[in-house]
Amino acid sequence: MTEVLVGTRKGLFALDGQPGSTFDITARFFEGETVDYAMRDPRTGRVLAAVTSPFYGPRIWYTDDLAAGAWEASRGVALPKGGDAALRRIWVIAPADDGATLWAGGDPGVLFESRDGGATWELNRALWEHATRPQWRPDSGGLSVHSIAPWPGHPERLALGISAAGIWLTDDGGATWRHGNDGIVADYLPEETRANAIDLCVHHLERAPARPERLFMQFHGGVYRSDDAGGTWTDIAAGLPSDFGFPVVVDPADPDSAYVIPVTTHDRVVPDGRVLVWETRDAGATWTPHGDGLPHEDAYLQVLRQAFAGTGEGPELELYFGANSGEVFGSGDAGRTWFEVARRLPPIASVRADRRGQCAMLAK
Amino acid sequence: MAIVRLRGPLEKLAGGPEHELEGTTVSEVLQALEREHTALEGWILDERGIIRRHINVFVSAEPATADTAVGTDDRIEILPAISGG
Repeated sequence: MTEVLVGTRKGLFALDGQPGSTFDITARFFEGETVDYAMRDPRTGRVLAAVTSPFYGPRIWYTDDLAAGAWEASRGVALPKGGDAALRRIWVIAPADDGATLWAGGDPGVLFESRDGGATWELNRALWEHATRPQWRPDSGGLSVHSIAPWPGHPERLALGISAAGIWLTDDGGATWRHGNDGIVADYLPEETRANAIDLCVHHLERAPARPERLFMQFHGGVYRSDDAGGTWTDIAAGLPSDFGFPVVVDPADPDSAYVIPVTTHDRVVPDGRVLVWETRDAGATWTPHGDGLPHEDAYLQVLRQAFAGTGEGPELELYFGANSGEVFGSGDAGRTWFEVARRLPPIASVRADRRGQCAMLAK
Repeated sequence: MAIVRLRGPLEKLAGGPEHELEGTTVSEVLQALEREHTALEGWILDERGIIRRHINVFVSAEPATADTAVGTDDRIEILPAISGG
């Protein structure tokens, strides 16, 4: 049994099912509110949700009993009081590799840390007060820490993707931060300004757990790979129908793997009305499309950066993605074939999957 | 003292619908409300101290802003705005 948590513009949906058939909607929470992200912490089983109320602002909620819906509001998810900025949204929540720490990224370009499983949070001051911050620029979605890539075995090492302020790296648990932007080409900037550009529109970042110095990144025009922990980047988009897109997923067992869902640059839907997931198994040298079971005509879907996820690994890697059309698709065989998981949900912001039993196994 | 009336999740967080609070402006009263019921912190006022965009405040049935003066007999209503889609 696999659980898929789907964050939508109208609440959080919990789905349960077996790969290959439609999943059951087992619960819905935060009706009428935008759930930007929801995940189950594999270490504890706790579910955390980033919710933006149209009235009361952004907040992180958590529960240890999803079935009962006993949600509690986290404390400390806020900017310093009395300043000139307010938190707009939490984009992502990610567990560190130390058994207790959680990270959360948000808008305006902020990172929070929790050391108690998500009940209380503290702003990362080093990033908030970084000397370059006055040069950071938002994209149309805001100024967003949307990607957090912990390093297995080294909880003090972290990579962030920020729209539109590029890649940021720390080796000391967030005490200091440095850029990791070499090799990224921002073709939306004049050529003479690209070399030292800071306003780099990273769309998503994922680390290959089996080779942690390797990262894959979907950029605003370009798919990139780094083999030196995010210091330098190589464009690997050749062979894709478009170098534009939002999410990236990797197979935890294979550091040469990555999955992307390209969309057209101009209207940001899948090309030619056909939904295809593109896979590389050679670190981006070649790409293979997978569409067996996916809509192959008259489909004009957009898949947002947090709306594609995996659980498991290797040949049994399960993949799930949700679209702005409210459809969720899944694969139980690492992308070779696909099935419809759910339909007619509200526009989907995030998808996270958890094969049942995996949490308990990891917690031991 | 003015009386602040809350509904929905705000009422639940504050432990009741009506609260007597000191303050000469809406802003002062709302800050006093947050101090007295810390669970409400950030729900009505953001970090800048600004009333959230989609929350409406009425002082004795008249639309109000953060700077609106509040008298001792005033009733302050905190209501979600008409919005959605």
